[in-house]
Amino acid sequence: MIDTRDRQLLEHIQLGLPVCVRPYLEIGRHCDMPEDEVIERLTRLKQQGLIKRMGVIVKHRQLGYRANAMVVWNVPDDLVKQLGALISRFPFVTLCYQRPRYPEWPYNLYCMIHGKDKATVLEQLDHLVDACDLSAFDKEILFSNRCFKQRGAVYQRAALVDTRATAATQQPEAAT
Amino acid sequence: MLTPLHKQLLNDYQHDFPLSARPYQDIADALDVTEAEVLSAFTELNDNNFISRIGPVIPPNHIGVSALVAMSVPEQQLQAVADIISAYPEINHNYEREHRLNLWFVVIASDAEHLHEVIASIERETSYPAMLLPMLDDFFIDLGFKLDLNND
Repeated sequence: MIDTRDRQLLEHIQLGLPVCVRPYLEIGRHCDMPEDEVIERLTRLKQQGLIKRMGVIVKHRQLGYRANAMVVWNVPDDLVKQLGALISRFPFVTLCYQRPRYPEWPYNLYCMIHGKDKATVLEQLDHLVDACDLSAFDKEILFSNRCFKQRGAVYQRAALVDTRATAATQQPEAAT
Repeated sequence: MLTPLHKQLLNDYQHDFPLSARPYQDIADALDVTEAEVLSAFTELNDNNFISRIGPVIPPNHIGVSALVAMSVPEQQLQAVADIISAYPEINHNYEREHRLNLWFVVIASDAEHLHEVIASIERETSYPAMLLPMLDDFFIDLGFKLDLNND
């Protein structure tokens, strides 16, 4: 579970660990927490899976990975878990999610493929289709073009420190 | 220009960054360089915009709620609409994609109510309908991304 102190800590550290000799001490100064506690809390959050990974977050585009395709598939609902698990094992796949279908947008499985150029991405996609036997399913390929805004997931202050019972239930499908 | 040290830092520390009092010293020990060299290499990676930050990746929806949103916007209005959307502090990514649905962005909000307020406000301000695509299941185990940096 994430408590208020964890939220405070994550609010500060998500903006980036300072590049200095005692970075966790520095983070602790901003949230009134001793260095030991900062390290203990981060270690626990990571063990609990509430931090998925802790480390360098690279900028693909600047490092020469200029092509990025979001591939959306329409697969039977009873196969989505199995196929999702299979697809996410490929090293060039950087995200793999199930999302809701709409009448005009029937796709339920999304994956992201990064590559140095479009041709490479399409080759990787062909490989994926062959290896996972996906050729029978409808798909669309959406290459990214202009990037208008990109930053790390910056959780808003309200999201991090608001401890009110605000579990909104109006449209629960959006809560996931 | 990336040095061998830059490349090691980029590829080997995307996960399991040391959680210790002197993490950069620990990295230096592992790579047989000095702490000062590691600190300056990370500063260079930051300054050259090769990394967005060193920090935690938090799985979606453990803190607050998020959703991917798609919109279809006429090409000549795309930049203006994208600018309106990017100005919201709740917007995280905002990309053009080559498709009829050409604008894709991620909203992060404190709760479902806040999320729907943001979407409704964006729809009012831009006058284009938004298709809400929240994550239902996450199949991906994020172990970072193996970069091939040999051509640099």
